[in-house]
Amino acid sequence: MAVVETRDIKKYFGEVRAVDGVDLSTHDGEFLVLLGPSGCGKTTLLRIIAGLEQPTAGEVLLGGEVVNGLPPRARKIAMVFQSYALYPHMSVFDNIAFPLKAHGVSKEARKTKVGWATSILGIEKLLERKPRELSGGEKQRVALARALVREPSVFLLDEPLSNLDAQLRASARDELQQLQRRTGITTIYVTHDQVEAMGMGDRIAVMYQGKIRQLGTPQEVYDEPADTFVATFLGSPPMNLIEREDRLVGFRPERFLPTEAIELHADLVSFSFAVTRVEYLGADRLVYGAVGDVSGDTKAVSRLPSTVTVPIQPGDSYDFAVQTADLKFFDKVTGLRTGPRPF
Amino acid sequence: MRTVSFKRPAKRAGLYGVAAFFSFFAAAPILWMIITAFKGDWDLYRSRGSPFLFNKYPTVGNEPSPVVDSPTLENLRLLFFETNFTTFLWNSLAVGVLVVVITLIISIPAAYSLARLTGRWGERSGITIFLVYLIPPTLLFIPLFRIVVYLGLNDTLWSMVVVYPTLTIPFCTWLLSGFFKSIPKDLEEAAMVDGYSRLMAFLKVVMPLSLPGVIAVVVFTFSLTLHEFIYALTFVSSSAHRTVSVGVPTELIRGDVFFWQSLVAAAAIVAIPVAIVYSFLLDRLVAGFTMGAVKG
Repeated sequence: MAVVETRDIKKYFGEVRAVDGVDLSTHDGEFLVLLGPSGCGKTTLLRIIAGLEQPTAGEVLLGGEVVNGLPPRARKIAMVFQSYALYPHMSVFDNIAFPLKAHGVSKEARKTKVGWATSILGIEKLLERKPRELSGGEKQRVALARALVREPSVFLLDEPLSNLDAQLRASARDELQQLQRRTGITTIYVTHDQVEAMGMGDRIAVMYQGKIRQLGTPQEVYDEPADTFVATFLGSPPMNLIEREDRLVGFRPERFLPTEAIELHADLVSFSFAVTRVEYLGADRLVYGAVGDVSGDTKAVSRLPSTVTVPIQPGDSYDFAVQTADLKFFDKVTGLRTGPRPF
Repeated sequence: MRTVSFKRPAKRAGLYGVAAFFSFFAAAPILWMIITAFKGDWDLYRSRGSPFLFNKYPTVGNEPSPVVDSPTLENLRLLFFETNFTTFLWNSLAVGVLVVVITLIISIPAAYSLARLTGRWGERSGITIFLVYLIPPTLLFIPLFRIVVYLGLNDTLWSMVVVYPTLTIPFCTWLLSGFFKSIPKDLEEAAMVDGYSRLMAFLKVVMPLSLPGVIAVVVFTFSLTLHEFIYALTFVSSSAHRTVSVGVPTELIRGDVFFWQSLVAAAAIVAIPVAIVYSFLLDRLVAGFTMGAVKG
């Protein structure tokens, strides 16, 4: 039985279709990431699951039961907000004990539970402080402790790392994932950051314009994108797309290499690559240019690992190639993935 | 070294000097009131001599003074025993407390719904409500008097209890809705996810954070009921139902005789406790304790 399930959820704000028919079902104990650009409806979907928004149509199921009419407090969920939403007038202890108070937990039991949650997150020493005396990382942990302390059936996290600086974010990502693994609580995590999504998610639901464009493991959505949106949203730099007759052909920049750097010479598709710019990034080089082989000039990028030492100068043309197996084909009109075809 | 050790005390002295000057500047009228309250007529009307000092009538030898000499309790005796001053005080207090309670009961939910629930119309309704406050009481007291008479409330304290909220509620609703708007919606939603109803989330999270706003409303409303004159004068005619703002001048200005000392005594007795209470609330008024609550 799915812990969280949505059936054809729609949410319209006037003319705007924020969520436009989402079917989603979580596996027990999994870490599911909702990934998409800002305004794609991912936060709205999360708020609908939490009960903070009512859907225009469709059903939300928690533990197999339809909870559409239920207020947030009756849903056994915990949510961490992007702003953390710590209560500024309460100490850290009171913040974490606040949900327990609501459920009539005794004073003794509250102390034990807060102690348990804070020890997991390593914030035992902050109990007396007020939220304004905490750093960003500490606030985030307090917010997580407050969510954890009720032992909810679902964790809903709304971009909880976006307010942290880059360095802290990497370690927080690691901690968050470990916490989820240890507690085994089904988690839905909203982010616009593909690195977070790829690194943390068991599965990723890529959303765009209120719809889920693809749902799959990080590997699936990266290697087998369902459409051109997913293909170009994931990956940095994104997938190259070139027009070919009635379809679009896509290949990842890291698969687009100088012919002499590819060991296996069978089944290659070659391009003449007119290089315009080279970015040296240390671990790899990004080579920008145009592929002249197909209909006109189409911009393309190649990502060369530092192990590829072929000298490349802007202004020259080189022979680049992609293995046939690495080519993805998309319908030119719908953008949807089609089966492999001879190039 | 010497200049440093010299400079610091000089700087401090300068700072305290400026602070002392402005403190005196602010407190001087009150000091003047207190001293005047204890002055005899001869001392008060003497054009020479400091208003801040008591001056004795120049008598020769042991001759008894022909006038009431300063300092004297005569003015306070007049105020408390020859006017209804204590009744006025109780009336003012009763009207003030009731109007504050009514204002809070109506303004808080009104302001909260304006701040949260009505979308883009919330702002416009808020401004419209505020505009109502700008209609001067001098235009309204005649139609309101008819309503008061119709309700059978003329010459009772209830006339003021019913009418004052029409002045206080618009302004306080507008003021509070600003406070509620400044409180992030996330906080309430977090409380709702944490297991509270919207009402409980409001009472446990929004209200404590809006305390400065609520205090501002209490201060504004109570002050208004204390100094309001036109309605109090129009609606109430018997001395037993008057409040301080109308009762004191009507009883202590008899024809062209002003009982200045008793008048200022009455003003000081009302103003000083209120000022002390407000000064304790001031800390809470200015405490920006929502700062740093959200976002890293």
